Amino acid sequence: MPTFQINVNGESKSVEVAADTPVLWVLRDHLDLVGTKYGCGIGQCGACTIHVDGTAMRSCSMTLDQLDGKSITTIEGLSEDGKHPVQEAWKEVDVPQCGYCQAGQIMTASAFLEQNPNPSEEEIKNAMHGNICRCASYNRIYRAVEKAAENMN
Amino acid sequence: MSNSTIKFSRRAFMRTSSLAGGGLLIGFNLFQACKPKAAPPVDLAQLDYNDFNAFIKIANNGAVTIFSPNPEIGQGVKTSMPMIIAEELDVAWKDVYVEQGILDTKNYTRQVAGGSQSIRHGWDALRQTGATAKQMLVNAAAARWGVDASTCTVNEGVITNAAGETLGYGDVVNEAAQLEVPENVTLKDPKNYKIVGTDARNVDIDKITTGKPLYGLDYKKEGMVYASVLRPPAFGQKLVSYDASEAESMPGVLDVIEIGAKVQALFEEDPSFASKISSSNKVVVIAESTWQAMKAKAAITAEWEDDVLMESTENHDQMLTGFLDGTQFDTRRKDGDVKKAFKEADMVLERTYESPFLPHNCMEPMNFFADVTDAKVHLVGPIQTPAWKAGLIAKMLGRGEDEILLEMTRMGGGFGRRLYGDFVLEAAEISDAIRKPVKVVYSREDDMAVGVYRPAIKYRIKASVKDGQLTGYHLKEAAINDNMYGLIPNFFPAGAIENYQVDTKSYKSNITTGAWRAPYTNFLAYAEQSFFDELAEAMEVDKVQLRIDLLKKVDAAADESIEYSPERMIKVIETAVEKSGWGAKPKGVYQGFVNYYCHNTHVAEVADVEIENGTPVVKKVTCVVDCGIVVNPLGALNQIEGGVIDGIGHSMYGDFGFEAGLPSAMNFDRYRLIRMKEAPKVEVHLMENEYSPTGLGEPTLPPAGGAVANALKAATGKRIYQQPFVKNPELLKVPEEPVIG
Repeated sequence: MPTFQINVNGESKSVEVAADTPVLWVLRDHLDLVGTKYGCGIGQCGACTIHVDGTAMRSCSMTLDQLDGKSITTIEGLSEDGKHPVQEAWKEVDVPQCGYCQAGQIMTASAFLEQNPNPSEEEIKNAMHGNICRCASYNRIYRAVEKAAENMN
Repeated sequence: MSNSTIKFSRRAFMRTSSLAGGGLLIGFNLFQACKPKAAPPVDLAQLDYNDFNAFIKIANNGAVTIFSPNPEIGQGVKTSMPMIIAEELDVAWKDVYVEQGILDTKNYTRQVAGGSQSIRHGWDALRQTGATAKQMLVNAAAARWGVDASTCTVNEGVITNAAGETLGYGDVVNEAAQLEVPENVTLKDPKNYKIVGTDARNVDIDKITTGKPLYGLDYKKEGMVYASVLRPPAFGQKLVSYDASEAESMPGVLDVIEIGAKVQALFEEDPSFASKISSSNKVVVIAESTWQAMKAKAAITAEWEDDVLMESTENHDQMLTGFLDGTQFDTRRKDGDVKKAFKEADMVLERTYESPFLPHNCMEPMNFFADVTDAKVHLVGPIQTPAWKAGLIAKMLGRGEDEILLEMTRMGGGFGRRLYGDFVLEAAEISDAIRKPVKVVYSREDDMAVGVYRPAIKYRIKASVKDGQLTGYHLKEAAINDNMYGLIPNFFPAGAIENYQVDTKSYKSNITTGAWRAPYTNFLAYAEQSFFDELAEAMEVDKVQLRIDLLKKVDAAADESIEYSPERMIKVIETAVEKSGWGAKPKGVYQGFVNYYCHNTHVAEVADVEIENGTPVVKKVTCVVDCGIVVNPLGALNQIEGGVIDGIGHSMYGDFGFEAGLPSAMNFDRYRLIRMKEAPKVEVHLMENEYSPTGLGEPTLPPAGGAVANALKAATGKRIYQQPFVKNPELLKVPEEPVIG
C-alpha cells in the first residue's frame, strides 16, 4: 500500500493506506482524529466537514491524492484551546442536543465566517444549509453563527 | 400539587460506604425508588454497587461527582438529572462533575431513554437522594460539634452551626459514611431552588465542540477490528449462498464469516424481540479498518431467495384502506353509542389521513463494540435499552448476566431506533465467533435499509353534530404491525364527547417496525388536529373556542384513564392565543392552531405561514408548553425547538416505502430531511407552576405537523390529508386570489 505524507492540524503525518481511502477514514481510523464524523459517506450531510487550505470540504468524498500538498484542519485543530470564536459562540448558545453533527457545523461556520465576516441572515442560512442536524437545533446553530460573527468583529 | 407525596423507605434503594481513598459514595437504585411500596430486590447486605444505577461521590477535598444513570441520546438528561440531585444536595453546580453511569445489568431498573419519562420518573428519587446525602453530611458535622443537626445550615457544600463555625462537605464525608441512612429528610420548597430552574449548559459541551471521542463510533480498544455486515437487501429475503473470494483477497481483510445461527436460536426460545431483527443469515467482513471492511463487503456477491411474500407500499395502501372500509377492529375505548349518534345527527363529517413509513436516521449510524472472551463479555456503545440487551446477550451466548459488562456511550441521536439493539446482538455474535474485540459499523445505507421503521398508518375519523353540539366521534386506526398502545385511546377528545369510540386493526408485516420519536401520536396528532379544524369550519364555530368548549366538558377526575388535565390544557391554549397574536395578524400571515397532550406534557402550537414567490413558507411557530417545573430551561428550550422543527420536517418531507421488500431510499440523496433554510423560528413560552416535572424529548413533535397543515389550509384554501405534504405539490400552490383563512 502506498505511503502518503499529509499535513493535518499543522503537523506532517505519514500514513500507509490504499489510495482510494476517503480522507474521513484516514483521519478516524489511522490518525485517531475521531472528531470528524461519518454521517452519509456521499457528501450530503456535512458531518465530515474539514478545512482544506481554509475551505470547508467534505472529507468523506475526497482521497489523499486529491489533497496534493494542501493542509487539512480538523475540529481538533481549529484552535489550540477550544476557544475559537465559533466554538465559544457554540458554547454560549448551548447549541448541541445529541451533538454528533456539531463538529461539521462548526467547521462549516468557521470557514464561512473567515470568508464573510459580516453575513446577512440569508447568507448564514445558505452557508449552513448543507449541514444536516437531525435533532433540528437549527435555531441555535443560526444564533451561534450570528454571535460568532459579532464576537469576531 | 405537593411535590413529595410519594412515601418510600430510603433503605430500599440507597446505600453508602467509605471510599478506599477517603470520601463517601452513595449509591441508589433510582427506579426501585420510584415504586411506592417497593421491596428490595434482594438482601441489601448482599448488594454490591453494580446494583445501583446512580451515584454521588464526595471526596475528602469536597469535590462532588454525580454519575448520571440514564442513557444520553441528546435529550439532555446527563445534564438535568444530576442538576436535581445537586439542588437537594446543596452544592454549587459549577463544582459538580458529571459522569455517565455504567449499566446495572440486574433487574429492577429503568435505565432507559424512551417515552420522555426519565425526568418524570426520576424526580422524587433524585431529590430524595440529594437530600438524604445532605442530611447525612449535616448529621456528621453536628455530631462533631456536639450540637443538634437542626441548628445547622448549608450553603453550597459548607455547613454552618449556630456559633458561626463552618465545615465543608469534604471535611465530614468519612464520618458521614459511617452513619445510618436517615429515614426522614426534608425536601426544599421549590421557591428556594438555586439550580433547578436555572440555565445549565450541556455537560459535554467542551468535548462536543472540540471533537473529543464521545460516541460509540469513536470508541477504540487495543487490537480492535472492524466488521461490515451484508444483510438481505429486501425484507422477506434469506441468504442462499455467497462468494467472498474477491473480498477475501482485498487488503486489510482478515476474515469473512457467516452469522445468524445464534440469534435465530435465541428467538426460537424467546420470540419477544424476534420481529425486530431479520432471521436470515448474514455475511460479515472482518477487516483492519472501517473503509476496508465496507469496501470488501461491496465485493461480495450473494444469492438471496424470497422467503415470504414480498411486500410493497401499494399492497400496504390497499390493505390498510380495506381495513378502514371493513368492520373487524379491536375496540380500545367505547363511550355511549357512536352509531346511534351518527344516525340521529344533523351533520356527519368523515375524513381519512395517511402516513408513510419513516426511518429514524440518527446522525450516528448504528454501531456497537463487543469483546467476547472466556472471562467476560465487554460491550460498549450507543443503546437506549442497555439492560434489555445485556440480558438477551447473556442468553444468546449462554453466559451469566454477571459476565456482561455494558458501557454506554453518548449517542448521536436515538429517536427510538436505539431501543432495538439488533446491532448489539450482531456485534456479540461476531465477537463470539472470531474471539476478537470488534466494532460493527453500519454504513448510512445499512442504517436506512435495515431499519425498525415508524410504521405506515391510516386514520379515519368520523364525527356527528346535532343541534350545534358534537355528539359522536369515531377514530379508526389501520396500521402496519402495531396498534396504538397504552393510554393513547384515552387522549383528548376522550371524555369530552358522549359517544366516543377508538378502534384499531393492524397488518402483520415482515418489515421491521417500532417506536419512532413520540410513537403513534407523531402522526395521530396531525390527523386529529386537522380534523378539529375541519369540524369547526363545518360547524361554523371558532376553531380555538371549539377546543376549549370540548375541554370544559371533561371531568378528568371521574375517569382514571384520562391523564390529561383540561384545566392545564386550557391555560396553555389561552397563553398560545395571546403570545402568537392568534386572530390578530396582519394580512398575508396565515396561522394554524393546535393543542396536544402526550408523554404527560401539555402543548399548544401556532404556525405562521407567509407566501414567498407564490409558495407558502412556514416562518414561525409559537409553542407554549406546560411540563411542570422546568429543571433546565436552556436545555428545555432546545428540546422544544428541535421537536417542533423535527415534526415539521417529517410532516413536510419524510417519505419512505417499499417495492417488493426493497426500501425506497438508502441515503440522504433520496431521503429528504429538513435543513436550515426550511426551519422556522420557534418562539417558546414555558408555563410557570409547581407541578412535578414531565419530559420534553417528544411532546412538542406530534402537534407541529398539524399546526402547519392548518396554517397551509388558511393560506392556500386546500386541506392536506397525506404526509409528507410535498408529495402533493399542487396542494402547496397558492391560488391567485389568496383565501382569507
